[in-house]
Amino acid sequence: MRPFSQLLDALVYTRSRNGKLALIAAYLRSAPDPDRGWALAALTGNLDLKAVKSSAIGEMIRARVDPVLYEMSRDYVGDLAETVALLWPTPPGEPPDLDDGTLTLAAVVDRLHATSRAAAPDALAQMMDHLDASGRFALLKLATGGLRVGISARLAKTGFAQAFGLDVDDVEQVWHALSPPYTALFDWAEGRAPRPDPAGTPFFRPFMLAHPLEADSVDLADYAAEWKWDGIRIQIVGTGPEHGRQTRLYSRAGDDISASFPEIAAAFTGHAVLDGELLVRGEFQGGEAASFNALQQRLGRKLVSAKMQADYPAFVRLYDLLLEGDEDLRALPWEQRRARLEAYMPHLDATRFDLSATIDAADFDALADIRAGARDAAIEGVMLKRRDSPYVAGRKAALWYKWKRDPLTADCVMMYAQRGHGKRSSFYSDYTFGCWTPDGELHPVGKAYSGFTDEELKWLDRFVRQNTVARFGPVREVEKTLVLEVAFDSIHDSKRHKSGLAMRFPRIARIRRDKPAAEADTVEGLKKLVR
Amino acid sequence: MAHWIEPHPTGIYVRPADAWIDPSVPRERALVTHGHADHARGGHGHVWATRETLAIMGLRYGTASGTPVGYGEEIRLGGVTIRYVPAGHVLGSAQIVLTHAGERVVVTGDYKRRPDPTCPPFEPVPCDIFVTEATFGLPVFRHPDTGSEIDRLLAALHANPDRSVLVGAYALGKAQRVICELRARGHHDPIYLHGAMERMCNLYVELGVEMGDLRPATDVAAKEMRGAIIVAPPSALNDRWSRRLPDPITAMASGWMRVRQRARQKNVELPLILSDHADWDELTDTIREVAPTETWITHGREEALLHWCMTHQIRARALALVGRDDEEEEG
Repeated sequence: MRPFSQLLDALVYTRSRNGKLALIAAYLRSAPDPDRGWALAALTGNLDLKAVKSSAIGEMIRARVDPVLYEMSRDYVGDLAETVALLWPTPPGEPPDLDDGTLTLAAVVDRLHATSRAAAPDALAQMMDHLDASGRFALLKLATGGLRVGISARLAKTGFAQAFGLDVDDVEQVWHALSPPYTALFDWAEGRAPRPDPAGTPFFRPFMLAHPLEADSVDLADYAAEWKWDGIRIQIVGTGPEHGRQTRLYSRAGDDISASFPEIAAAFTGHAVLDGELLVRGEFQGGEAASFNALQQRLGRKLVSAKMQADYPAFVRLYDLLLEGDEDLRALPWEQRRARLEAYMPHLDATRFDLSATIDAADFDALADIRAGARDAAIEGVMLKRRDSPYVAGRKAALWYKWKRDPLTADCVMMYAQRGHGKRSSFYSDYTFGCWTPDGELHPVGKAYSGFTDEELKWLDRFVRQNTVARFGPVREVEKTLVLEVAFDSIHDSKRHKSGLAMRFPRIARIRRDKPAAEADTVEGLKKLVR
Repeated sequence: MAHWIEPHPTGIYVRPADAWIDPSVPRERALVTHGHADHARGGHGHVWATRETLAIMGLRYGTASGTPVGYGEEIRLGGVTIRYVPAGHVLGSAQIVLTHAGERVVVTGDYKRRPDPTCPPFEPVPCDIFVTEATFGLPVFRHPDTGSEIDRLLAALHANPDRSVLVGAYALGKAQRVICELRARGHHDPIYLHGAMERMCNLYVELGVEMGDLRPATDVAAKEMRGAIIVAPPSALNDRWSRRLPDPITAMASGWMRVRQRARQKNVELPLILSDHADWDELTDTIREVAPTETWITHGREEALLHWCMTHQIRARALALVGRDDEEEEG
């Protein structure tokens, strides 16, 4: 258990993505089978154990430690699993806080698998006695479900690929053909067995992405124009009836988000792979796509209530067809794939799927006018796709361009600053800024930590240090004198800020040293930009 | 009738000796347990402390007039017999043992029970009133073995030869202890020091604590510090100063590192649970060992220790002393 619990600890403290990947890779290379397979299952959220309730763990500790001391400790530490892990008394005669090495991760998983819910607390207690504080913490996290070490399934798979010099997309392809503890996967990765056959499993294909349009125009004879929708990019993969009708939804990062949008997964029964934008229907737009703000209500939820599904009904606006049946269309030109997609639409449930319309424009200037006049809340801009472009992974030059709507801007006053993370941990690089209320107060309207150059960051850092008026832990309040021109894609009503507003993608466009703070924008003015 | 020892928010007053223990405001006569700023303030008329503590106070506050008291040596002030006994906290730290009217009082200042290569170990003195700290007075605080923590530090260093390890450690006591523990573990490479550490480390060397090859980090090229350990005060860990270092792994040596969220809040990548204070088991074991009729708790998480004393039939009270327990830095 110790290598696994040490890995979890290190993941908690490591902030950089590369650092986390290196830790996962080093663990997967060195840990024995089947421990590392169970670890991979836990990290990717595929370890299905009967969860022990927090209340049962509370009872376990109250039976062993003075309940008053337990409550005081929990108030101080915060997290239940961590409090119990730290408090757990050492059995009489044992050296304190030592992992005696008798309990492997595989043994823990076997034991938890084999135990009934009623007997689980006793089994857990027996195992706790053999572990150190880190081990107990890992065990409690496994037993209560959810490691929460801040890594996604995709990151764990990338760590696996890195460990054995594989391409993560190759790993992704075989992933759903396998189950924990992934013995066949490790056998393949270490050259002991051929690659597992992914046929008939709903695996993720890497998305094709676009570059921002930088040229002044493109020839619409070569490029087709299409709206860019402001939802989340999604891939729908179905195996069809011949492979048990499995359907999976994948996010842009390759994470399986099927459980967050069960109504979409249930509505798709075909054998195909589609690329589209996940949106929710807004009541106020006559059933049209609502703003990203509405979609946000549905994101990041493991379980979705019926009310959520009714209040924020999800649908997918389709962009592309990658596979139809067993036929891979990705090498075909976009125009042909588009024709196949249009022909495929009648197979789909029209309440959950529609087609992203192309834009007819006589020439590029006409397209620019159409883009400028777009009022729809869910339009983020225009996509330009080469008519002969194959569907290729990642961003390939000159094939697809995104031409976002011009950002909105506002002049805001810096109010608070916070240190950044990693390389930026010595800089005050995260800024909260506000706009004026009619009463002459500043209310925060957003927070940004990008958009500036390294030189500007140094200047901003110095400004924060020299103009601090108060400190709250890691946060400094500054003199309200510096105007920042903030660019943002859109602005929405929000309960999070006192101003009642929240910006999407705010970034610092310019530092307005020339502008007096009193001339910054007002909250009222920003409210007029809400769509 | 008032007891001859009186706790006040600004320190403990020993009435018959007309002297204050660790007063937080200038007093005519001060008995000082050790050199940390929350115990040793400047500006007193006359100070009684160990030779080492006086030297530390001299470094921090300029020339202090004081009478050195050796460990085990007895002095008499106004009918009170006073003896300084090792507290095992930092160099020069002492418990003050006061005997008067047939009653013995021990004021520990801060203390720990783990071995520390920079100072003699804590000596338990049975007493009637035991005045204890409670910095880590919650049962979640159980410090692991020192050697295993130092090994984790060395493992991180050796696994990242192109980087450096920046260890945040309190400038008085913890920094020197970390360095000595590293030397004891066979690490003899140069160790680089933040400017705020240099004078205190020099004083330690003058007072006979060997620390090997120490170099200032200030005027050294970054690449020279690759694969090296740098020791800095905790406040410098995420500050501009650290930008000069080669891709540092941020470590912090403190008992607070036992709690994950604490370490994360400080952006620490390598938390080292290394404390100069007694942990929960040591606090409670020490109270049992010195078997006082009454325990006074000066600072820290006194509520939990108070509760423990009550459930173990030990009379106890919490003293509200001001300015103690600056947990940001010390620990």
